[in-house]
Amino acid sequence: METKRRYEYATPAAGTMPAAVAPERALRVFTQPERNPGTPLDLDLIRALRINRSAVERRAATIPTRRTVKKEWQAAWLLRAITCMDLTTLQGDDTPTNVLRLCAKAKSPVRPDLLAALGATDIGITVGAVCVYHAFVPVAVEALQGSRIPVAAVSTGFPAGLNPLPQRIEEIKASVAAGAQEIDVVITRAHALAGAWEALYDEVRAFREACGGAHMKVILGTGDLATLVNVARASQVAMMAGADFIKTSTGKESVNATLPVGVVMTRQIRDYHERTGYAVGFKPAGGIRKAKQALDWLILMKEELGERWLRANLFRLGASALLTDIERQLEHFVTGRYSAAHRQPMV
Amino acid sequence: MTTVSEIFETMAYGPAPESDKPALAWLDQHGRDFGLFVGGRWIKSKSGGGFDVINPATTARLARVTQAGEADVDAAVAAARKAFPAWSALSGHARARHLYALARAVQKHSRLLAVLESLDNGKSIRETRDLDIPLVARHLTHHAGWAQLAHSEFAGYGPVGVVGQIVPWNFPLLMVAWKIAPALAAGNTVVLKPAEFTPLTALCLAEIAHEAGLPAGVLNVVTGDGRTGELIVNHSDIDKIAFTGSTEVGRLIRKATAGSGKRLSLELGGKSPFIVFDDADLDSVVEGVVDAIWFNQGQVCCAGSRLLVHEGIAERLVAKLRARMEKLRVGPPLDKAIDMGAIVAPVQLERIRTLVNTGVEEGATIWQPSWACPTEGYFYPPTLFTNVSPAATIAQVEIFGPVLVSMTFRTPSEAVELANNTPYGLAASVWTENINLALDVAPKIKAGVVWVNCTNLFDAASGFGGYRESGFGREGGKEGMWEYVKPETRKAEVGTRNKRPRSVPRSAFRAPRSAAIPPIDRTYKLFIGGAQVRPDQGYSRKVLGPSGAMLALVAEGNRKDIRNAVEAAHAADGWAKASGHNRGQVLYYLAENLVQRADEFAERIAAMTGHDVADGRREVDASIARLFSNAAWADKYDGAVHQTPIRGVTLAMNEPVGVIGIACPEEEPLLGFVSLVAPAVALGNTVIAIPSEAHPLAAAELYTVLDASDVPAGVVNIVTGAKDPLAKVLAEHDDVDAVWYFGRQAAGAEVERASAGNMKRTWVEWHPRDWHDNVQGEGREFLREATQVKNIWIPYGE
Repeated sequence: METKRRYEYATPAAGTMPAAVAPERALRVFTQPERNPGTPLDLDLIRALRINRSAVERRAATIPTRRTVKKEWQAAWLLRAITCMDLTTLQGDDTPTNVLRLCAKAKSPVRPDLLAALGATDIGITVGAVCVYHAFVPVAVEALQGSRIPVAAVSTGFPAGLNPLPQRIEEIKASVAAGAQEIDVVITRAHALAGAWEALYDEVRAFREACGGAHMKVILGTGDLATLVNVARASQVAMMAGADFIKTSTGKESVNATLPVGVVMTRQIRDYHERTGYAVGFKPAGGIRKAKQALDWLILMKEELGERWLRANLFRLGASALLTDIERQLEHFVTGRYSAAHRQPMV
Repeated sequence: MTTVSEIFETMAYGPAPESDKPALAWLDQHGRDFGLFVGGRWIKSKSGGGFDVINPATTARLARVTQAGEADVDAAVAAARKAFPAWSALSGHARARHLYALARAVQKHSRLLAVLESLDNGKSIRETRDLDIPLVARHLTHHAGWAQLAHSEFAGYGPVGVVGQIVPWNFPLLMVAWKIAPALAAGNTVVLKPAEFTPLTALCLAEIAHEAGLPAGVLNVVTGDGRTGELIVNHSDIDKIAFTGSTEVGRLIRKATAGSGKRLSLELGGKSPFIVFDDADLDSVVEGVVDAIWFNQGQVCCAGSRLLVHEGIAERLVAKLRARMEKLRVGPPLDKAIDMGAIVAPVQLERIRTLVNTGVEEGATIWQPSWACPTEGYFYPPTLFTNVSPAATIAQVEIFGPVLVSMTFRTPSEAVELANNTPYGLAASVWTENINLALDVAPKIKAGVVWVNCTNLFDAASGFGGYRESGFGREGGKEGMWEYVKPETRKAEVGTRNKRPRSVPRSAFRAPRSAAIPPIDRTYKLFIGGAQVRPDQGYSRKVLGPSGAMLALVAEGNRKDIRNAVEAAHAADGWAKASGHNRGQVLYYLAENLVQRADEFAERIAAMTGHDVADGRREVDASIARLFSNAAWADKYDGAVHQTPIRGVTLAMNEPVGVIGIACPEEEPLLGFVSLVAPAVALGNTVIAIPSEAHPLAAAELYTVLDASDVPAGVVNIVTGAKDPLAKVLAEHDDVDAVWYFGRQAAGAEVERASAGNMKRTWVEWHPRDWHDNVQGEGREFLREATQVKNIWIPYGE
């Protein structure tokens, strides 16, 4: 056990960042993560990062083949996936009607009869958060009153993130003022592509300050970042600048969350945790539609980061259509018959 | 009963078993009792013996199989021999159809084979399902292609005949495919023996192949232990032996087949280095190590079992490795969520335990994960040793288990030195993000396969096989096909030699040019390290003309002279790095200088052999042309870029073998010498040549020509004397990489037997060649013997 403990709570690696955390403190962190305050920008570390794309892709390819969960285990894991879900709608034609429907589903994501059959009624399954544009924050906040489900707002000129900086800062503040407890910010991809890491660091720092008490998820837009080493560097800069979560995609890029990108980002989270003692969360988003994909992401988290990262406080799945597929799989487990989407209450 | 809500909290993995029912049903269909598959049907053993096949994960008995005896092996060989004429006479296209059908049949039965393999061997269903069986089908499909193309790609070559193939237990069916696919594609027929621990999938494949229409007798499967293998190895009607297994058994086979004329390819053990430079992607390195040594429970001949790490990152890497090991899962092989299954058999488990204990006793630091292995069945946990010195037993001996030993290095050259500090040379893995470093190091490692930033990648299009004591011959790719073909010109070797009309020997030894003044004495010493040196013992031997008159004295070389010549040849290893252009220049220049003395050489040859001077002149002219041919090849014997299914390149590089000892034929004393030495030297080898024993003067006269032609010191060394004993010294020498012997069968057998010491490559012929014939005297056959193929896998992508 001794060695396992050493890994989970990680002694800081020698010669990099100052050890920020004592083992006792890390133990406390395990139950209630302390917010990542960020660190100074360490450009030496950023520039020394090496990512071998082919090797990462091989690893990613075996994540779904080395592990699988079946029967009760699969049902339980799928319920866990629901609790980690940021149930999302980010469409130009969003109106209160569909946002309210989304919030209702967030509070009761699985049919009660299925939960009863699974013996999971008492767990109190809800999604991790509801994620909307700023305009619908008040609607969602009101609809979710009393549910303890936080509202997340995409912000900072989502999805391109190219609005003037003062406007982006104001947008964060406005969403926080409207009741959003989580802010999903997008980075200026140009900074990452140009290697302007100081600029990126300053930008994310400013976002973090504007968030105040709201949790900040930093969307890297990995589909725009061209290389995995850029993904790794942007991940590290975002964490150094105080990200609570790092998130893959807006869902609007041509390439969404992929497992290789997930492998790279989770490894950076692990590294950051080993160096600083702070646990940063991870959110893949975009293109996650099937229950099997949700399981793959959970397996990735468990394998690369550990059990601790299988909770909503450190893991979110950004998704819209995923929930219905998970419900169908749960019904199949309960009845032994394949289910249909129309049998599940609409999202 | 674990409930959903409990699992929701623990987020544990649960059982995910693959069903064993269809595979057990197949065993039941056969009454769990297997005969031998010979001549297209199941036959009962004539000796009646048998043994149980055990599932190593449960220790349950799976089936009983036959211990094939002498009569059984005879029957199998007879069936293969009977099938050979029709099978080899089929068009390539027809054989391609058969192999294609077999590949498709394997795909159709893929899950049955995968489950059966897992039950029999103990390896995980993930590996058999995702790696072993797909690679089997891939190998058969690829070789269907070689069958189709054989008439053009192997023009002038035909099958070897009946091939005996013996495969190991670590990749039971994959090794069968590696063996039978090229053999059948080339038109050979096969007697195959699977390993006694794991015979079931080979038997299943035989049945599948029969159903797929493979003609009776083309593929025969006999089961049994080493005794059956020995019967195959020693069978007089088998033309070639292909063996994969331990170096120890390979050595026995080398000795047993010596002088038999059987072709031989051996794929043996390894202790492959896994080199990590300080600019590598360390998290990817960790997964690489998992794929290297915890793949198939480490029971992989090319397993990266020696971790060589730059000292600056060793501590970090070891910490990462330990964390990763903690997350590995060992358990029932049919569980779809485990990383490692069972060790194949108790004897192997015991070997691993013993070696691990030795490692601990010798002072290395052992680390194993905190979790425990299943207690039923033969399991062993992933194990990491640190503080290991190259002198430690566990750093030298192949463990063939999930045990990694790690050492540190300071510089790239020290990494290469440590990597090569082993009698083996099967594979290597190099991790760095610096392409300059990777491509500098890869050619310096003595190994048949080098994986850059990856490990344990296999494909039918790429050759696999070792350097040094890891064996010789390649499996896969075009290089692998050469193991199963031979030149059609020498199909029936005795008696078909193209006899040249010879002139009647002139009776007399040439009279001295002047009766009054005696000629100045010619002193023929040895030619070692670019200098003419006296023989160690100071004896000379007489060179007689056909009439019995003494022509001259040459130095009587002995074993110490051979030793010195080998050292000189090693000292000249820079020759391998000279450009092909430069090596070609030297050979052209040699030809140019030989022309100047053509008449003199012609006279010398005539005097020694008794042929007339015109014949001698023909031999000199042919030698000059041959030097030109090999000079021409020096910068043209290109490697290849194989079409493997990765985003990257797989470079097949033709590398020189190293130091080659060459015992030249007695006939054509100059042309025979040149025909063998020139291709060896052209492709970067350094050579110790023993010239024709009866007619050594042609070679001895070359000393000054070599000197005058800028041949660097030590590249060509010539030791005159008693050919056969000197050849044996070369064959026994552990620092000689290959021996070519052209002479008597008995001495050739001695050379083959003695070569088993360091498993050096041999090229031994006792059937005379027509050295004047350009097909028999030069070309790719010679170049292949002068090189070994190294496959370097370089995935890329940013």
